Amino acid sequence: MQFTFTDEQEEFRLIVRRFMDDKSPRTEVRKLMDSEQGYDAAVWKQLSEGLGLPGIHIPEAYGGQGFGFVELCIVLEEMGRALLCAPFFSATALAATSIIHAGTEEQKLALLPGIASGQTLATLALSEANRDWLPCNTETSATPSDNNSGDNSDDNYLLNGEKSYVVDGHIADLLIVVARTPGTAGDEGLSLFTVPSDAPGLQRRLLKSLDPTRKLAHIEFKQTPATLLGELNRGGDTLPPILDLAAVALASEMVGGAQMMLESALDYAQLRMQFGRLIGSFQVIKHKCADMLLDVELAKSTAYYAASAAADGAPDLPTVASLSKAYASDTYMKSAAECLQIHGGIGFTWENDTHLYFKRAKSSEVFLGDANYHRDQVVLRWENQA
Amino acid sequence: MSEQTVESTEQSLRTDVRTWVEANWNPDASLLEWRNKLIDSGWGCSSWPEEWHGRGLSIGLSEAVDDELRKAGAVGVAKAGARMLAAATILEHGDDFHKDKFLRHLLTGEDTWCQLFSEPGSGSDLAGLTTRADFDGENWVLNGQKVWTTSAHHAQYGIVLARTNWDVPKHQGITYFLMNMEQAGVEVRPLQQMNGHASFNEIFFTDAKIAPELMLGEEGKGWKVAMTTLAHERRLVDGIRSWGRGAKGQGRIYDELKAEIANVMEPYKWYPQRAGRVDLLIERAKATGKYDDPAVRQSIAKVLMMAKAAEWTGRRVKAAQALGRPPGPEGSLGKLAGSQVARLAAQAHTLIAGHDAMLTEEDGALNGIISEVLISTPAESIAGGTDEIQRNIIAERSLGLPKEPRTDVDRPFRDVPRNTVS
Repeated sequence: MQFTFTDEQEEFRLIVRRFMDDKSPRTEVRKLMDSEQGYDAAVWKQLSEGLGLPGIHIPEAYGGQGFGFVELCIVLEEMGRALLCAPFFSATALAATSIIHAGTEEQKLALLPGIASGQTLATLALSEANRDWLPCNTETSATPSDNNSGDNSDDNYLLNGEKSYVVDGHIADLLIVVARTPGTAGDEGLSLFTVPSDAPGLQRRLLKSLDPTRKLAHIEFKQTPATLLGELNRGGDTLPPILDLAAVALASEMVGGAQMMLESALDYAQLRMQFGRLIGSFQVIKHKCADMLLDVELAKSTAYYAASAAADGAPDLPTVASLSKAYASDTYMKSAAECLQIHGGIGFTWENDTHLYFKRAKSSEVFLGDANYHRDQVVLRWENQA
Repeated sequence: MSEQTVESTEQSLRTDVRTWVEANWNPDASLLEWRNKLIDSGWGCSSWPEEWHGRGLSIGLSEAVDDELRKAGAVGVAKAGARMLAAATILEHGDDFHKDKFLRHLLTGEDTWCQLFSEPGSGSDLAGLTTRADFDGENWVLNGQKVWTTSAHHAQYGIVLARTNWDVPKHQGITYFLMNMEQAGVEVRPLQQMNGHASFNEIFFTDAKIAPELMLGEEGKGWKVAMTTLAHERRLVDGIRSWGRGAKGQGRIYDELKAEIANVMEPYKWYPQRAGRVDLLIERAKATGKYDDPAVRQSIAKVLMMAKAAEWTGRRVKAAQALGRPPGPEGSLGKLAGSQVARLAAQAHTLIAGHDAMLTEEDGALNGIISEVLISTPAESIAGGTDEIQRNIIAERSLGLPKEPRTDVDRPFRDVPRNTVS
């Protein structure tokens, strides 16, 4: 277990931070969040070609950088801090992780290099109208397709159903879709499929998201051709570890945002004068800030521990993944709310940047399962804890 | 120094300790006889200076020496209680007379020490103390009251802060003394806490005498000396929890050590309950059937998560230290996290105990252990600096927020409003 970052990792973090400072200032965030596409293609190209970030945790054999989950989480923490608007979480944290864990060797060789190079935008379509992230609630169906003349016809299916809350689903080239074999229920009969976004019978619609920096789409499948990813009916086994890793990734992104809220609150407390004093000299503000530090640092410790557990494939990963997600989502939301409160009236204005983080915190709070769900998992999974 | 050299220095040091212990360790010796021998050898307190019972080793190497002593089953010098606070302060601020008079008997365990800082009228605001020392031409004469003093009822000596000048600002009128506790004029009364235990004492001084040579540092400069003591206090609290587990083995010396530990640890026997007994939560929830209640699981999860997060934060701090990185703000959070864990744990234990939370001692849950948690956890956010003071320190020192304007340091202490209790 790694409790601190190596010098190389710290250096890497600085490189990523400089990139974010340079390419994702708040003015850019505001511009991109108002665009339908939601990201800047030129910045994505630099981020991919210059830094190789989309392939950070993809093995070199599949065109990636070959780093581990700790490095991925460093990238995500910095992106969360900068509120970068880019299809990174969808493509790298969700889709690539799904392919690495569920795909066959052939599929990894075919699909991962495109994601690693930044050329393929991909995402995971799991959640449906039932509004949760449990694979067992999947209703979208997959039936074997007879009328496909290509080779490997065993892998061809037709999808029917609807997916929602699909991150960057409106721009993704490749969708990884969770669907079930008709007549099955619960965790039985679940499989993953790949679908190109231009497949027939696929309709997508950009949703109006509360957090405009994270674009969400609704996707309908009507007799849409799809290719099986990995083995049939194994989703009940492959999805939980994928979702654990996604939770760890999200926790890292959230602690980056929470840290920014703490810094923003501190800056303002040392700038704003009331009653003839800096407001940061009042104990009531100091105590809020001290509590924010406590929350943020403890949340970081859980995210770092979980990232390290993910990198090591540690047996306590399911427990600590839920632990870090619950800790980070409570902390991010609370930090954003306290930062806003310390700003007072100006914090409630559109002009002030706090609301951008407040909204990201709010959407991250429920994305991949809320804190109550994950807290329950912590207790139920505690026995696996080392 | 290269890594290899450090390692070989440590290895040869460990060999030296082992050789010496093999030649000298005797479990049938008396505790006093053995400790004197250990003190003479310099291995007992190897980080201390060579002229005062040590070998001038770095803290790291000194820990390696202690580790070898432990491995050999050899008993160490007396380290528990306020004696190490007194020792650290005497080493830094005392003269040869003080060091010669006190250090050896303190290490052998012959002398027990207590710390006389807190007062009923000054808790968080230590520099507002009003115990007075006046020089009568021969001795300093002490009058006033101290509180929260562990081990005072069997201490031979105390470290005490008293006000010697009322006409200067508060921090400048304080003097630090070493004092004899076994004299008329010192009355020690046990102080019973809300959980029924009496782990501390109240001390009343009525014309108690302190010889002038027992002043530590200069008159009026006691605040600076006290800072040395307080800097060591945190380490002492951490150390005492592990120390009590040492007495295993057969022989006269172990019997004597067990008695010493029992005596020293007596005031701390409820401390595990004070921290919240997080270790019992899941097992208790399963035993009572409350594990099936999702609301109870939420409550348990909050405790487990914060306890783990605090533990991992501690590991982060240590790992960064080991790499020689400068300390970050995360190093200042342990105490605040601990008191929140304790509070959350008491809530979860209450939900798990249900109606049994109304009962105590042998009628209470787990033979009274759980009720002791419920009525001991409030101490966690007060003792050793309240949560509020911790937050001030974190905000000002770690986060760099400006200090609160003060109205008590710009005038003679005489003119500062204060409690009527003095």
